[in-house]
Amino acid sequence: MDILTLARIQFAMTTVFHFLFVPLSIGLGLAVAIMETMYVVKKDEVYKDMAKFWGKIFLLSFAVGVVTGIIQEFQFGMNWSEYSRFMGDIFGAPLAVEALLAFFMESTFIGLWSFTWDKVSPKVHVVFMWLVAFGSTLSALWILAANSFMQNPVGFKINEVTGRAELESFSALLKNHQLWMEFPHVIFGAFVTGAFVIVGISAWKMLRKEDTNFFKKSMQIGLVLGLIFSIATIAVGHEQTQAIIEDQPMKFAATEGIYEDTEDPAPWKIMGLMNEKTNEEGPSIEIPYLLSILGSSHEGSFKGMNTINEELKAKYGDEMDYYVPVNALFWSFRFMAGFGSLMALLSVVGLVLLRNDKLQKMKWLMVIMSLCTFAPFIANTSGWLITELGRFPWTVYGLFTIADSVSPSVTAPQLLFSNIMYFLIFALLGGVLVFLVQRTAKYGPYAEEKEIEATDPLSKEAF
Amino acid sequence: MSTLELLWFIIIGVLFTGFFFLEGFDFGVGMSVKLLAKNRHERDALINTIGPVWDANEVWLITAGGALFASFPEWYATLFSGYYIVLFLILFGLILRGVSFEFRHHMESDRGRNFWEWATFIGSTLTPFLFGLMFTSLVRGMPIAEDKNIYASFGDYVNVFSVVGGVAVTLVCFLHGLNYIRLKTKGPIRYRAQHVAKRLYPVLFVGLVVFALLLWSNTDFFDKRPVSTLIILLAIIASAVVAAVGTYKDKELVSFLGTGGILAGIVILLFNGMFPRVMIGSADAVRDLLIVDAASTPYTLKVMTIVTAILLPIVLCYFIWSYYVFRKRINTEKIEG
Repeated sequence: MDILTLARIQFAMTTVFHFLFVPLSIGLGLAVAIMETMYVVKKDEVYKDMAKFWGKIFLLSFAVGVVTGIIQEFQFGMNWSEYSRFMGDIFGAPLAVEALLAFFMESTFIGLWSFTWDKVSPKVHVVFMWLVAFGSTLSALWILAANSFMQNPVGFKINEVTGRAELESFSALLKNHQLWMEFPHVIFGAFVTGAFVIVGISAWKMLRKEDTNFFKKSMQIGLVLGLIFSIATIAVGHEQTQAIIEDQPMKFAATEGIYEDTEDPAPWKIMGLMNEKTNEEGPSIEIPYLLSILGSSHEGSFKGMNTINEELKAKYGDEMDYYVPVNALFWSFRFMAGFGSLMALLSVVGLVLLRNDKLQKMKWLMVIMSLCTFAPFIANTSGWLITELGRFPWTVYGLFTIADSVSPSVTAPQLLFSNIMYFLIFALLGGVLVFLVQRTAKYGPYAEEKEIEATDPLSKEAF
Repeated sequence: MSTLELLWFIIIGVLFTGFFFLEGFDFGVGMSVKLLAKNRHERDALINTIGPVWDANEVWLITAGGALFASFPEWYATLFSGYYIVLFLILFGLILRGVSFEFRHHMESDRGRNFWEWATFIGSTLTPFLFGLMFTSLVRGMPIAEDKNIYASFGDYVNVFSVVGGVAVTLVCFLHGLNYIRLKTKGPIRYRAQHVAKRLYPVLFVGLVVFALLLWSNTDFFDKRPVSTLIILLAIIASAVVAAVGTYKDKELVSFLGTGGILAGIVILLFNGMFPRVMIGSADAVRDLLIVDAASTPYTLKVMTIVTAILLPIVLCYFIWSYYVFRKRINTEKIEG
């Protein structure tokens, strides 16, 4: 394997793993802040227990999120040194601001929140959690500002002498229309992630008939958050699609599996297979007119990948083709949209049934809900696969290719070693984390804190 | 070199200084979990001394990395790709250590706790050693090619000077952690930390002298910046004396500031000696990498300066306030929190 393939595998592996925990921490952070606020307002102890119990899972997620995040910041320099040289003038600033503005806030106040239960007044304590939630939301804004530039470069010029991209307008980075679709879509998705982990675990506990009252109340909060934000995520996602049709037509055509220009009005494929070798569409099941309805901002027929490829060749040079991994994008989109819609539907149905006290009697629905603990993770991962794979062959769209970005001084054995090690570390961390979350849930909110066995601190003091 | 370029070179140095001063004692406490504590009570207490603050201390490193990327992209790219394996092992240490506190807290058996305590220990030892090795070999000089990338072999990273540098940084972090423990605990472990520290100071003084001699033979610091290098070296020795006196006289805050001063001094020494370079080419290297080669555009530096001027004071306020909240000593005979 060459260094480019190995570096790409590493980027995929580290970002996907990191992004399992980011939205969970952001989402649970918001949920815990809301629960603790309800405790401060209503003075009902159950909400305090709730904040503490879900807070345990939040802290576990946060720990793994933090350590996998350090990899992200380092690997641009380690694996993609030429990208860092080309883009550093633009890309570094949001990362530095993210650390200064968001990471300090998150880490300081999470320390305060964890260690000051019953030591400061509840009114002050809840502020700590809100600041953690606010900080983690801010961190998403800044890192997505950097990603949005890679998807849709704005506010820069290319220096003719050095060949580097240089920042011309910092405010343009923040006004990038791509950012204002990406950020709400990601952040609402993160809120749904926290909500559905709460819903899923609560359903599982209610099925086992353990601490039913506590988990019913938790589920209610989870479902309300899930309902609001799953609908918001879908709405923003729709807007994002409209922008992508214009900004990155190849990405859009691939998610819909269109090689040849469509008729007008265009049908939508429910499922299909594409032949990436011959660039031909395989068998598919279609719903007439639907694509034109989904892409409502776009007039007339949609361009197919073959047409777009010719256009891109004319624009960026014809020494290569510009096709993206079409099957991966096509199916990722359907997984994302499918699970996203499922969660929205379950939120509505669940809320109605929970209010009428009918939910507990519908075992099959509760089983589906508890399985849906995993749904947001599938949706999140699919979403990022579309975004990042659909940028192929660019790291910065239209400016700089992935092949030009990789570090020339890093060798294949070094990359192979780090890839294998990362894989093993992630297997360990993921395994331990899933085990601990499951065990925390099994013990429930009223598990006795384990007694620390008494030891004699004065024994054997001498060396 | 513009004023802003110089300012950002200083800011990077300040951020690394903050990282070593703060995370330095976290590393030392992490080592002490296996080297000093005798039972589970004491290990719990030690981890609780850094529990609320270690994560925020580590953000100094994240900020240093981000600021390096933003202000000197070429430096960031050359350094991070050139030290690929070293940085990977640093990440390995930081990852293990970063989850170890939370995971250990959830363990129910001594075996489970023991596993994550070892993770704490390995991460806390490996990371300062490798940072010491990295910065020491960096100032010794690396084979930098015309394309600004480093194509180095094993001996460039691992040699007598860089290993001594790594051991020195690790040792100072351990002492810094012991002094922090003396500052933050009540009970027998506080005096045990003092006892161990007393035995380590002779080693430290020998180590510092060896380090100074190797610095003279391995770098061009004494040719290019003789006066300032000498002054900073003497300041480091003076800090070590202060730390030792504070330990013998039972003044833990004095010792803590002393060991912190040594760590700060080492960072200042290296940055001062590098100036006006950010990467030093070895004898057979094609080039050095200068501040002016590596810096971002004036516009980006200006934006970063404004952002930092606004945010850093606010950050420092709540950061210091959190230390004020956790100012109480932790009683090793009774665990709180």
